[in-house]
Amino acid sequence: MFVWLHPYAKTERAYALCNTLMPYFLSAAVLGLSVGLVWGMLFAPSDYQQGDSFRIIYIHVPSAILSMGTYVAMAIAGLVGLVWQWKTAYMSMIAMAPVGALVCFISLFTGAAWGKPMWGTWWIWDARLTSQLILLFLYFGVMALYYAFSDRQQAGKAAAIIALIGVINIPIIHYSVEWWNTLHQGSTITKIGKPSIAPSMKWPLLVSIAGFMGLIGTLTLMQLKNVIIERELHRPWVKQLLSQQETK
Amino acid sequence: MAFDSFADFIAMGGYGFFVWLSYGVSFLSIVLYIVYVKRQKRQLTQHVVAQQAREARIAAAKQSQEK
Repeated sequence: MFVWLHPYAKTERAYALCNTLMPYFLSAAVLGLSVGLVWGMLFAPSDYQQGDSFRIIYIHVPSAILSMGTYVAMAIAGLVGLVWQWKTAYMSMIAMAPVGALVCFISLFTGAAWGKPMWGTWWIWDARLTSQLILLFLYFGVMALYYAFSDRQQAGKAAAIIALIGVINIPIIHYSVEWWNTLHQGSTITKIGKPSIAPSMKWPLLVSIAGFMGLIGTLTLMQLKNVIIERELHRPWVKQLLSQQETK
Repeated sequence: MAFDSFADFIAMGGYGFFVWLSYGVSFLSIVLYIVYVKRQKRQLTQHVVAQQAREARIAAAKQSQEK
């Protein structure tokens, strides 16, 4: 069933796949972010309670949702690496970690800049904010552990286990607003059946989420190409590729 | 359009500082990350090229010694 996947265990094929996929993710990023953000910033109506400060939502919510999505994707890549012993799986795992950390940082920062005018504080140690901060530290932990080993296969195994254990934090982040009393508002778009956000505000948000997905894909592919090169530096195809690029 | 003028748009109903701070820092951090990845790639390339040049020099030196 998955035989078609097998060639991508070879780093050269995986590198070529990165190049093939790049334009699709890049165009999704440029299109989604420009349409979503311009729509959200200029054409969505002001909120009746929060005025124009709510426009931070068009970065905050996509980055927050996708920092969790990227984490799950990273953990799945780690699991694939552990089960099938694929080094390209470990490589994609470690390529996603810095991108996820970046997106997680953006969600925390925009949350703080939204919290200051609305709640009166940049930061508070409540359930949602704290669990999201732990997510950032989990990304750092995965990277720190991976780069602490000089043997990359060992590094992949150890980091994958940490990544998998950390998945427990994802439902905690999601349900934190229901389980504990928190300043943070509940979900608005993922409420099953009846979203509590007006369509005129929701559609630009969905487009901008799609744009962020494209952006994360693009950044991950860029990082993955470097991870592959660094790991395979001694291979003839890498040497040839890089010396060709240098002479260009 | 939700704003009457460009000044209105910048002011963001009085929340301009927080809105533009969010957008600015997010944009900046993404740009810095891209710069970092590009620099990493360039360093790897330079490493490979330098190594190849060294290997070529060693090979040339060995040949001249054998003569």
